[in-house]
Amino acid sequence: MLEYIIFSLLNSLVLGMLLFMLSSGLTLIFSMMGVLNFAHASFYMLGAYFGYQISTAIGFWPALIIAPPLVGLFGALVERYGLRNVHKYGHVAELLFTVGLAFIIEEGVNLIWGRNAVTYPIPKLLDFPIFTLFNTEFSAYRMFMLFISVAIFIALYWILTRTRIGLIIQAALTHPQMVNALGHNVPAVFMLVFGGGSALAGLAGVIGGIFLVTEPAMAATLGPIVFVVIVVGGMGSLTGAFVASLLLAAIQTFAVGIEYSLSDLLALVGIRAEVGGILKDLWRIQLSHTGPILPYLFMVLILMFRPKGLMGKRET
Amino acid sequence: MLEVKELHAYYGRSHILQGVNLQVGKGEIVSLLGRNGVGRSTTCMTIMGLVPPHGSIRYQGQEIAGLKPHEIARKGIGFVPEDRWIFPGLTVLQNLQLGQKSAKRQGRWRIEDVFNLFPRLGERSNVHGGLISGGEKQMLTICRTLMGDPDFIMIDEPTEGLAPMMVEHIGRLIEEIANRGISVLLVEQKLSIALKISQRLYIMGQGRIVFEGTPDDIKNNQAIRKEWLEV
Repeated sequence: MLEYIIFSLLNSLVLGMLLFMLSSGLTLIFSMMGVLNFAHASFYMLGAYFGYQISTAIGFWPALIIAPPLVGLFGALVERYGLRNVHKYGHVAELLFTVGLAFIIEEGVNLIWGRNAVTYPIPKLLDFPIFTLFNTEFSAYRMFMLFISVAIFIALYWILTRTRIGLIIQAALTHPQMVNALGHNVPAVFMLVFGGGSALAGLAGVIGGIFLVTEPAMAATLGPIVFVVIVVGGMGSLTGAFVASLLLAAIQTFAVGIEYSLSDLLALVGIRAEVGGILKDLWRIQLSHTGPILPYLFMVLILMFRPKGLMGKRET
Repeated sequence: MLEVKELHAYYGRSHILQGVNLQVGKGEIVSLLGRNGVGRSTTCMTIMGLVPPHGSIRYQGQEIAGLKPHEIARKGIGFVPEDRWIFPGLTVLQNLQLGQKSAKRQGRWRIEDVFNLFPRLGERSNVHGGLISGGEKQMLTICRTLMGDPDFIMIDEPTEGLAPMMVEHIGRLIEEIANRGISVLLVEQKLSIALKISQRLYIMGQGRIVFEGTPDDIKNNQAIRKEWLEV
């Protein structure tokens, strides 16, 4: 039991911090520009494929350095020459633009790398168990992912709270017009945040592509979860995104290992569930099978009872 | 210093400004009066580039209509919005620091000046902008714009919702601003304060300037007051 709890905690931390790397960029872009960027997870996918391609040519470590800025540059160009032009037609047009972009990126990936998953292996330097506890190994690569995401979290916090550009970004979250009227170039800040958020998603792709799987469906797999994270955390709240990333990762990770069903739960309080009847299948569903839907259930409940999210300031 | 000619502005299909003409000279306090909804705030927003202008706005001899808001601010124009737009997640001090156009550039106003002028802001320098009182927010929003060292400042409804003592305080601050050689365009609803501190006044009605004169002209013209100002 202790083994299950410790390893589930560690794994949820790894997944949670990866989710935060994605959701932090998405929530910053949403709060500053009002754009719900449906292509955000596609930037994550691009990061994974760029990482894979550069890895096969010159190795994982150069890929880790080169791929995220490349995705960031691509994101900045999308903002500058795409979104900024669509902006005048309102948020619906912007939203449709990002949906279209997500499809274009997915099809582009299909065309270049094919429909099947690519082999993007763990770098040799990290391909060993870093520790063994109760006969279970914890891989060095997972520890490395945790290290990278914690470092990014600290760097992001430092930039946002201790630097002038961070103050400008924070101010532009609430009153971009005022920031502009004080003489700061807000459109350039928007481009920087969009590019930075995309680079973070790209970095998550470079390291997450190995941890999860690098395939054309990876954006569609992780994208909805990232949206759940920012809705649950509260749109526009970085702290909320952080808490929700860890919480949802923990819910998913822990649920996978729990094989209790509703009938087991009822039996604990002395109620015997019917083995027959129309609801017979319902009683037998194990919690581990509900893992994939739990985040969405959580989101629906949050929207019903606390629409602004755990720490958000505005209604979603 | 500022010359606005035939300025039009639109919100969607609504024609808000319908040919505004006004001027502000160097070191002058000029008030823009009128009832709610006649386009006074839109005039400021349009001069600042926050609403697209149609017409001519010349500042120190240069055409600025069509420039972006940050470019206009960097020409030396400051704007204090009616809604104050305090950054709630930043402290009072950080709000002031963001008023400076760059961390290095030092203007006529320093943070110590602001804290001397308003000791209350100094005491609350580490409190988040979202947590201070309405009066403190008003002082902060004006001082934040002053930190950018403007030569011309537009202040929109600075006394709205404030206690009488605070209104007097704000009035004295605006006079102090003008004493330092900064021209002021003041949007006000309180006739008393506008008459007391302005050299010239404009009255707006239905998107246009309907009267221009000195405080004495308005004091002596009951018909104008009744038609365009009194509710």
